[in-house]
Amino acid sequence: MTDPAERITGLVGALRAHGVRIGTGETVDAARAAEALGLADRELLREGLAATLLHGPAQRAVFDPVFDLYFPRGVGAPDAGPADRESLRDRLAEALAADDRALMAQLAAQAVDGLGGYGSSPGSDGWSAYQTLERLRPGTLLARVRADVRAGAGAGGDFADRLLDDEIRRRIEEFRRLVGAEARRRVAERRGRDEIARRGVRPTADRVDFLFAGRDQLAELRRAVQPLARKLATRLAARRRRAARGTVDLRRTLRSSLSTGGVPMRPVLRRRRPVRPELVLLCDVSGSVAGFSDFTMLLVQALHDQFSKVRVFAFVNRLDEVTGLLGHGRADPEGLGARIREEATLTGWHGSSDYGMALGEFTERYGAAVGPRTTVFVLGDARTNRSDPNLPAVREIARRARRVYWLNPEPAGQWGTGDSAAPAYADLVEMHECRTARQLGELVGRLLPV
Amino acid sequence: MFTSVDDVSARLAETGYLASPAVATTVFLAARLGKPLLVEGPAGVGKTELAKAVARVADARLVRLQCYEGVDESRALYEWNHAKQLLRISAGRDENWDETRTDIFSEEFLLPRPLLTAIRGDEPTVLLIDETDKADVEMEGLLLEVLSDFQITVPELGTVTATRRPFVVLTSNAGRELSEALRRRCLFLHIGFPEEELERRIVRLKVPGLPEALAESVVRVVGALRAMDLRKAPSVAETVDWARTLLALGADTLDETVVRDSLGVILKHQDDIQKAAAKLDLDAL
Repeated sequence: MTDPAERITGLVGALRAHGVRIGTGETVDAARAAEALGLADRELLREGLAATLLHGPAQRAVFDPVFDLYFPRGVGAPDAGPADRESLRDRLAEALAADDRALMAQLAAQAVDGLGGYGSSPGSDGWSAYQTLERLRPGTLLARVRADVRAGAGAGGDFADRLLDDEIRRRIEEFRRLVGAEARRRVAERRGRDEIARRGVRPTADRVDFLFAGRDQLAELRRAVQPLARKLATRLAARRRRAARGTVDLRRTLRSSLSTGGVPMRPVLRRRRPVRPELVLLCDVSGSVAGFSDFTMLLVQALHDQFSKVRVFAFVNRLDEVTGLLGHGRADPEGLGARIREEATLTGWHGSSDYGMALGEFTERYGAAVGPRTTVFVLGDARTNRSDPNLPAVREIARRARRVYWLNPEPAGQWGTGDSAAPAYADLVEMHECRTARQLGELVGRLLPV
Repeated sequence: MFTSVDDVSARLAETGYLASPAVATTVFLAARLGKPLLVEGPAGVGKTELAKAVARVADARLVRLQCYEGVDESRALYEWNHAKQLLRISAGRDENWDETRTDIFSEEFLLPRPLLTAIRGDEPTVLLIDETDKADVEMEGLLLEVLSDFQITVPELGTVTATRRPFVVLTSNAGRELSEALRRRCLFLHIGFPEEELERRIVRLKVPGLPEALAESVVRVVGALRAMDLRKAPSVAETVDWARTLLALGADTLDETVVRDSLGVILKHQDDIQKAAAKLDLDAL
């Protein structure tokens, strides 16, 4: 085993690469924790390092797989040696029925060793979690495990037994996770820990690219909406409180100083009339950027009470108002996108997005929604499918609104490539790259008027 | 304070607090490294209880600062006893000003509030700063000095440093994002919902009369409810409440009727109840 200090600094480096902010002080604490706990018990060490290095529960999702790489369960192939598929399935069924975690971990190691290896030359071979699970098919064990548990419990018929299927599914999910961790560990032994820790571990939900997020990651993102909105709301409220204090009102100060013979004993502060901004959201909800728009709409809806008025418009190549669908407390995040596409008229005679048409329709039909107090956010990748970008419409919106911001989920390097009209729009309104929830949170916090 | 992680769990268990390995490890480290412990997690998983249990185990006095919106320096640190100061001034009419002035800002007229109390004592102390997220941001600034150096500066008296470091527990429901500076000074512990096995033990401990099989069913149903993505997932406190209710109702096993009638004990929103009933196949509610 290499030096523990080296491992801890390696672990810290990998976590930093994933955006977890860790100072030197924390690293030292982690080392002291490792010293106090000893290296013998891996799970204790895991909790100890998590307590010293992490600052929030969301970071745990990155920490656990990275920890597994730097402090692996073992080295090399499992002692038991490779096993054939059928006996593995039998033993896995037993482990699942008994909910025996230790045995499940052991079986995951054997399964990866026996079923997950690929390649034959030393340069290209490795271990694949996907291949292991594909061959082992733990999901098909459900019925068998259920029967085993029922038989073991005797007569049964208890109410809680109807939960059994879900419980077994969760255990299988856990086994999949163990297989993934084991495959990563084996690959890391061959290719170097640092590289796998940086590239092979999924980023935290707030750093997932909107355009490449899978379904469960989108669900995770939607769950992140509430905390993010709360954070933004506190920040906005604090900013508003500071701004409300205002400057000295000279006229009224002099006026009130008459009673003290012209000596201004008490400065009178100008009181600002609290004006809550109005917000208009124009969202491209076509397939390619739907995740991004959904998430942003949910975020704005959660920030609802920060604005006097929020209106949301969705478009693909035709535009329609969807404010009603986002009504407070109504929105069920899961079905939001589907509901918008179902209930609003968003497409004409083809299904791909057309910014020119949609923006033109907005200025024509809803032009009155934009006034001098309105901040407009346009959400979309500005890919017009080679149709007319309709720059006059954008110019018109920018002229009427207080501010217009365009949030683009594509990396800035790709703006202007192919059918992207991003540079043309960026000349007229401020355009920002906005690829992850973290970026979005920062942008919204910075751009929103007080 | 503790010799090992196992020692922590064993001694906490004696006082009736069953700790998960994560909790025991973090408490051990907090005591060993002398760092404050920031505990986050949903309501009702035993964050405040943990501080109380540690105080009982260490045979320490518990000093509690309950945070709320608007809690300020004079509520958290110290205050000058103005009434007594006035009395002192009017009692000594013939003194000159210098004598009076130096006098009235002395120990005698100081009213220590929780933070100063915890810092100054010589006996072992557990300082509980409860619901830190409820306090304003300015409050965090005050806490920084206390948490990093265990000292408080009173302008008239100078700096008071702890002779014996208190064991500090901060709790938060993550209602507000705490500052990075505060988080950096603390060990971080997230108490989530306990593992099934641990929760079963907790239920058995808190509701002794409950039959084993029923306890198991209760924990399983609660686990299923938590997986359901409700507005307010039931926490440990609610599990225990539910177990007590079932015991009072004289139920031996869980069946549809019992669950349907008592679902209100664990779920606090009408739409949650409906959602859960639909998922659990309970008939008309």
